[in-house]
Order: sequence, then structure tokens, then C-alpha cells
Amino acid sequence: MFGIETLSGNAQAAALVGIVLVEAMVLYVGYGALTAAVGPSVRKAIGGE
Amino acid sequence: MFELLGMSAGMLALFVGFGVLIGILFGFFGMGGSFLVTPALLVMGYPSRVAVGSGLAFVFGTSVIATLKHRDLGQVDYKLGVSMIIGTTVGLEVGKEIVLYLEELGLAGNIISVTYVLLLGGIGLFVTYEALKGGDGGGVSHDVDGDADIDADDIPELAKKIQSYSLPPMITLRGGVKVSLWMILLVAFATGLLSGFLGVGGGFIRMPALFYLIGVPVPIAVGTDLFEIMFSGGIGSFLYAQSGGVDLSIVAPLLAGSALGARVGSAATSIVDEDEIKVYFGLMLLLGALAVAVRQAGNYLGMGVLDYVSLALILGSALMVSGAVLYSAVKSMRAPASTGSSTAD
Repeated sequence: MFGIETLSGNAQAAALVGIVLVEAMVLYVGYGALTAAVGPSVRKAIGGE
Repeated sequence: MFELLGMSAGMLALFVGFGVLIGILFGFFGMGGSFLVTPALLVMGYPSRVAVGSGLAFVFGTSVIATLKHRDLGQVDYKLGVSMIIGTTVGLEVGKEIVLYLEELGLAGNIISVTYVLLLGGIGLFVTYEALKGGDGGGVSHDVDGDADIDADDIPELAKKIQSYSLPPMITLRGGVKVSLWMILLVAFATGLLSGFLGVGGGFIRMPALFYLIGVPVPIAVGTDLFEIMFSGGIGSFLYAQSGGVDLSIVAPLLAGSALGARVGSAATSIVDEDEIKVYFGLMLLLGALAVAVRQAGNYLGMGVLDYVSLALILGSALMVSGAVLYSAVKSMRAPASTGSSTAD
């Protein structure tokens, strides 16, 4: 998967950890943008305002 | 059927949903990753190497996201985090050696399980008792200004005693807490020893230890604990990935779900009442202890069905506690004449 099968043991392990790290950063930024966009309206709806 | 990452859409949805649940707990308590994921993967039939390795990779990803979130809220003390990593690493190594020695004697399995149940149950009882005893006073405010001094009444008695040992070098932590570096290293070593001995991430030991032994305010204890888990999870997943123990088709959807849940969970720490947090934390530890006891009993009696009962207890308590966190957060937001506490999202 992701074309990392051809790498050697250590390089493949580092690539796997790197993929997880990149996914985490992308999710953090992506969900951050989503929260900024819809967060206030959700908070208003929950707060009953 | 629709397939992505080599698995069906149904499995993918299951992992994403499970991720959301775990994310709420992880973001809120700073623990609960491998504690929940690894047993679930084992019962689903994954080999233990994949269950543990993928669990660790998931914990790594989730803790990266949650640490970034807590950092934005000013709830990570890097000085404390780095000091803790040093002490914990040494403790982990010693803990592992003790396990190897006990394995040679053929006593490891039983001693570890009994210690796990006693420790998890003991901390759970203590935290629940303290939170219930505290009533509506004595808690530490969640809206912690990193540079502001905390009220002396908010610091547990044991932590005050530990802070009173002025063995140089002294370190000033967030919230104005001043404590000897040696005391931090000692606490970190002890928690590392226990987590190495028990083979767990150690968030459930470290988070209360930071609060009750060093006197770090709970939100900073959670943020700093996550910072440390990020390092241990990264190293652990690398070691397992070397032998093919990390399955991205498990980790990727779990992480996608938990990133959303962690955002909700860490935002809730700024809204929900301090004592309620501690009650939930305590209850979850107690149910976790019960789940481990049930699993151990199943192994002893040769009753495989108790593995499923244990998993149901873990998943049930996770669902119940994350539901309670969400309920409290919504209740606080709906409360009239709110005290104006800031929210994260």
C-alpha cells in the first residue's frame, strides 16, 4: 500500500510512521478548518441561542 | 461491494465510528488509546503483533493531533514533558527487565494481571472518591492561564509535600508550580516502571501522578501526558512496523474518526466541570479493572466467552463515559448565565 512495500525493513517502518504522522497533521488542519467554518453555528445550535 | 484500503465499506465505517468514540476519550482524558484498540483488534481475530503494533501507531497519530490541540490551548508544559520522557524511559527499561526476570520464574502473567487490576482499580477508586468528596469546591480551574499562579488550595496535600523538597535544580512549571527536577524524574521513573511492567502506555498512571504527586493542574497534566505519549507511541510503532506489525488499513480509518473525536474531547475539557471529569475518569478505570479481571478469570477457567464479556465491558464503558462527557459539555453550554469559560472550538 502507498508503494512502500519495495522499501527495506527500517525504511518501510519509518515510512509507515511518517504516513501516520502526515495523516495526523492533515486531519488536524482539515478538521481545524472545518471546525472554524461550522463550529460557531454548531455551538449556537447546541447552546440554544 | 465498495472497497477502500483493502477492506469493505462496512468495516471502514466501523473503524471510523470506533475511532470517534476513542478520540473523545483520548482528547478528554489523555488516555484510552491502546487500552481500548488492542483488545478490540485481538477479539476481532487480528494477530497480537498487528493488534499491538497498529494500536501503538494509532495512539501515536491520535496523540500528535491531541497534543497540537492542547498546545493551542496552552496546556502543554514542554519542560515538564521532556523531563518526564527521560525519567519514564529509564523506568520503562527497568520495568521490562523485571518482567523478563519474572518470566524466567514463570510468574509474570499472574503477577502482572493482579497488579494491573489492583492498580487500575485502586487509582479508579481514589480518583472517584476524591472527586466526590471535593463537591463543588477544591477543584482546579480548567481555564488555566499558563503563566498565572494557581490557588494553593487547589494543590493536593501530597503534591505540596513533594514540592516542599527544594533539592536543586528547581523547575518552575506552567501554573506557577515550582518543584525539584529530581522529584519529577523520580515520579517519571516510578510511572515508567509501572507502565513497562504492565506493558501499557501509562496515561492512566501518569495523568493522575502529574496532578496528585507534582501538583500540575489537570488540563496541563493531560496536555503534557499526551506530549509524552506522542514520543513513546512513535518509537513503539516504529519498532513494531519493522516486523510488519502496523496495518495502515486499520490505522488510517481509526485515526480519521478519532481526529474528529479528539477535537470534541479536548474542547470539552475547557467546558466541563473539573470534578465531573475526575468522576468519569475514575469510573472508567474501575470498569477497565473489572474488564481485565473478567478476562483473567476467563483465561484461568478456560472460558473464551469471558473475553467477549471483557470486550463488551471495555466498549460499553467507553461508550457510556464518552456519552457522559458529551452530555456534560452540552449541559454546560446550555446553562444560563454561563461563567464565560472559553471553549476550544
